Amino acid sequence: MRTSSPASPSLAVRPYAPARRRGVWLRKAARYVIAYALIVPGALIFLFPLLWMVSTALKEPNQIFVYPPQWIPNPPRWANFIEGWTKYLPFDIFLRNTLIITANNVIGNLVSCSLAAYGFARLRSRARDFLFILVLATMMVPNEVTMVPTYILFTHLGWVNTFLPLMVPAWFGWPFFIFLLRQFFMTIPYELDDAARIDGCSTWGILWRIILPLSKPALAAVAVFAFIGNWNNFLGPLIYLRDKEKLTLAVGLNQFRGQFGYVDFHLLMAVSLLVLLPILVVFYVAQRFFIQGIVLTGIKG
Amino acid sequence: MEGQRARRRGLSLSAREEIEFFLAISPWLIGFLLFTGGPILASILLSFTEWSVIDVPRLVGLKNYLDLITNDQLFWIALVNTIYYVGVSVPLGVILSILVALLMNQKVPGIAVFRTIYYLPSVTSGVAVAILWIWIFNPEVGLLNALLKMVGIKGPGWLLDPAWAMPALILMSLWNVGGNMVVLLAGLQGIPEHLYEAARIDGANRWQEFRHITLPMLSPVIFFVLVVSTIAAFQIFTNVYVMTRGGPGTATLVYVFYLYQNAFEYLRMGYASAMAWILFLIILGLTILQFWASRRWVYYEAGLREVRRP
Repeated sequence: MRTSSPASPSLAVRPYAPARRRGVWLRKAARYVIAYALIVPGALIFLFPLLWMVSTALKEPNQIFVYPPQWIPNPPRWANFIEGWTKYLPFDIFLRNTLIITANNVIGNLVSCSLAAYGFARLRSRARDFLFILVLATMMVPNEVTMVPTYILFTHLGWVNTFLPLMVPAWFGWPFFIFLLRQFFMTIPYELDDAARIDGCSTWGILWRIILPLSKPALAAVAVFAFIGNWNNFLGPLIYLRDKEKLTLAVGLNQFRGQFGYVDFHLLMAVSLLVLLPILVVFYVAQRFFIQGIVLTGIKG
Repeated sequence: MEGQRARRRGLSLSAREEIEFFLAISPWLIGFLLFTGGPILASILLSFTEWSVIDVPRLVGLKNYLDLITNDQLFWIALVNTIYYVGVSVPLGVILSILVALLMNQKVPGIAVFRTIYYLPSVTSGVAVAILWIWIFNPEVGLLNALLKMVGIKGPGWLLDPAWAMPALILMSLWNVGGNMVVLLAGLQGIPEHLYEAARIDGANRWQEFRHITLPMLSPVIFFVLVVSTIAAFQIFTNVYVMTRGGPGTATLVYVFYLYQNAFEYLRMGYASAMAWILFLIILGLTILQFWASRRWVYYEAGLREVRRP
């Protein structure tokens, strides 16, 4: 993503290059000091909430109310994780439900959005520009506008209190991902399509053998965004799921907070941390895809 | 290029491609009709009815809209609260993300680690994070007031205090500036180095470089970030639902939360649809306004507009 490496070596040389070495060194040191003096405290502030979460999750109930707050619980109470997970609500089942919905939606989004993006990026049609504007326009319409009629639609289909309202739409594309993939597909040279066509490759063969293999970073970005979006999704499951054994982690966690959270805050923190953990892991592993995805859509937006 | 190719199966190449195009986009197109376009139209119709899902919808004309505007105090409270939230959190968030992006653009050792740290919170949205912040804002034993106490300030009741609940939500939103920061950082790194070199030759100082190169070159990205953040901030829901449920009193009753209550707690589907349309019109109007205003301050290099007058 770093695009600003100096264009040519001759330009990269600073105009005041002959300055004394000592002066340059001092200047550089001063710049580092100033930069770190701003960056490090800021980073601490940004990290504090998460560290605080970890710290609370490992505390004894009575350590929570100690002032000044202890950052490192002594001794750390690892049992909080097991106790919180099992004591009040069936988080195993919530986890299973969340995994089913999330996995389905990631795959559904990848399939449906890459197909649509391929159409918009590579295939010629007189309706293409108009329909693509429609894709962009629907990104603008707030979710709330369609929320009520879709709810009524799913009620009439008898889908309320099933996973279907949360899983089926994923197979019908998602404007943001279509846009992201389309932007990426556009950067792949058309000569590759033409060469493949001459070799007898069909339109779908080009997608499967050329476009998709070359678009792994963009597909990874979509997968990561879809994973996080679905893992965190709260409003959808809140509206559609009723029975306790059908809830997802997000809704289950909120129930935990509502019913028992004020008694056992250390357990609530422990479970919250566990719910957050997959996101932190995915983020750590797939950082560059995130950033790529944001850059791809953010800049061209 | 196309003309050279022979016809296959009796269809012209362009007709084939037309069909293939529609096949490729058909999942999206069907989804659009079923889950977006259809519901949008249905929502317009619904907004002119009274309907509790169980009974038959009853046409009432403009009643929902008139009731909202003339009769419903909570609607106005929700609107004002939302404008308060958007009006403070978006400008603060955008300015903060620019500052952080400038810092993260410094070429100092270990900067990649710091970028990760600043970016991390913005991916951790949702219920777990809302719960974490309830705990941080706890007036007695929360992290925030404990830190304030160390420097001798007695912190407010935050989520329990009508005057401080909204500032608390705004403060929390600032924790997520990382997403915007990454977009801005990419914009910063896209500014050609030779512009700065030219400026240095002309004897520009750091501030002048920032004011006359960085800011104009970054302005399209800032504009994008501003528009997207505004739209997102108008739709704040999860944090309010989990952390305050609109309280204390009506201090954090925001628009989408009140819409949700009308639809799914009071089962007033027509009323909620009317609310959704008013929200859409507000967002649309604001976006158009921002686009209009952007002509005064956004600089497009590609010659979309003439060079700005000095």
